[in-house]
Amino acid sequence: MDAAFLVLALIGFFLVVGVVVVLGVVLIYNSLVSTQKKVENAWAQIDVQLKRRADLIPNLVETVKGYAKFERSVLEGVTQARSALMTAKGPKDAAKAENMLSGALKSLFAVAEAYPTLKANENFKALQEELASTENKVAFARQFYNDMVMNWNTMILTFPTNIIAGMFGLNREKEFFQVTEEERKAVKVDFAGI
Amino acid sequence: MDFYKQIADNKRMTYVLFFAFFILIGVLATFLALILGGLNIYGLTYLTIFGIFIIIYALISYYFCDSIVTAVSGAVETKADDPKYKQLHNIVEEMCIASGMKKPRIFVINDTAINAFATGRDPEHAIVCVTTGCMQFLLRDELQGVIAHELTHIKNYDIRTMTIAAVLVGVAVLLSDLILRITLFSRRDSDSKNSGAWIVLLVFALILAALTPLIANGIKFAVSRKAEYIADAGSAEMTRNPLALASALEKISKDKEPLEAANKATAHMYIANPLKNTKGLWLKGMFQTHPDINDRISILRGMKV
Repeated sequence: MDAAFLVLALIGFFLVVGVVVVLGVVLIYNSLVSTQKKVENAWAQIDVQLKRRADLIPNLVETVKGYAKFERSVLEGVTQARSALMTAKGPKDAAKAENMLSGALKSLFAVAEAYPTLKANENFKALQEELASTENKVAFARQFYNDMVMNWNTMILTFPTNIIAGMFGLNREKEFFQVTEEERKAVKVDFAGI
Repeated sequence: MDFYKQIADNKRMTYVLFFAFFILIGVLATFLALILGGLNIYGLTYLTIFGIFIIIYALISYYFCDSIVTAVSGAVETKADDPKYKQLHNIVEEMCIASGMKKPRIFVINDTAINAFATGRDPEHAIVCVTTGCMQFLLRDELQGVIAHELTHIKNYDIRTMTIAAVLVGVAVLLSDLILRITLFSRRDSDSKNSGAWIVLLVFALILAALTPLIANGIKFAVSRKAEYIADAGSAEMTRNPLALASALEKISKDKEPLEAANKATAHMYIANPLKNTKGLWLKGMFQTHPDINDRISILRGMKV
């Protein structure tokens, strides 16, 4: 009688523990998958903003062209950097082309300072704000991506999520997006006070 | 700063608010029913009517809070393709990207005072509102800091806590006002209404009714003051630029112009006290809608990013 009761109690105990463990695993697995999706989505957001910036440039070049005396070399620099970015292969090339584009845009807006009529042009002003904002959006999309990567890495390195991540092969750390010091400055100096 | 903790705190605070005001409003409604109908079927009928009225009133205020608040403040919705508001929309979009949030609707109040607020019942039904003074006097970076502060209120569900607090304060103050008016201005004609128990009831009802605005607003302001510090930290986290918000707050503190569109009911929602009535208040600390702005500035300046 006593022995039977003990056995039943033990079975009950392990059943409860088993159910709790399975529930825990399901919950952790689900949160791992949703965090992974968030990281992927954050990465896609960066591309969306980069494409937006590339799309804005032909408009800008078109607006500026009308001002006859405007330095040709500056415009060519921008166009070249854009096409370099469009044809870039791999993240290294892309990063290089992006730096080039940021630099070229910077000199374009610097040169524009000398053309009061261009600076007063409504279209130009709107484009300048759009580009400044898109630069910001790219930077913030990267920042958000890095935040998500940090969440992910923390999840798969801390207990007990690391065990579940290991079980399902989700334990690969993701890489942060490195922002160069120069890039950061380019945005700050370039468009301050707009 | 732990924002998940703030969201959890807000959910808990919502329950506490509900509970505290449920009791306060229940007691007030019962007093009012007793005064009007007495301890009989008439009193019960009054109580039922009050109950239904309060529930309908609370639901309408909760679900239409954004429309009510914008209407009261004279705020107008802006469209993203309006060139006048393009930069404002861009800034909001930037901050939404930085925090992974859904873009709220954006309203503008035509006033040269510098101020902003957010409201709504959840991040899906939220709005952000700034004055035209914000767009006129703040630099782009500073406006970005202000917008990020407002978006943090949305993300942390401060807007829901504030909305519920405001609705409940409204109901409690309305009931206490009714009690005061009815007891002070009604003729005491029937004999039963001159008994000892009746006088005691009246005195209790009057005391509670007189204290209600103080209790209700004390609770509301305590909640909103704490949320301001956390929203400042949230803004710094979004922009990684606490100095911009600090200098925006400095401009706001130097701006002595009160915001005409704000009133006592909406003051606690703004980023800084819009009424500018910080001097010579009795029991100043308890009834401040906002923490000391210089305190907020020095905390922001001390942050490391």
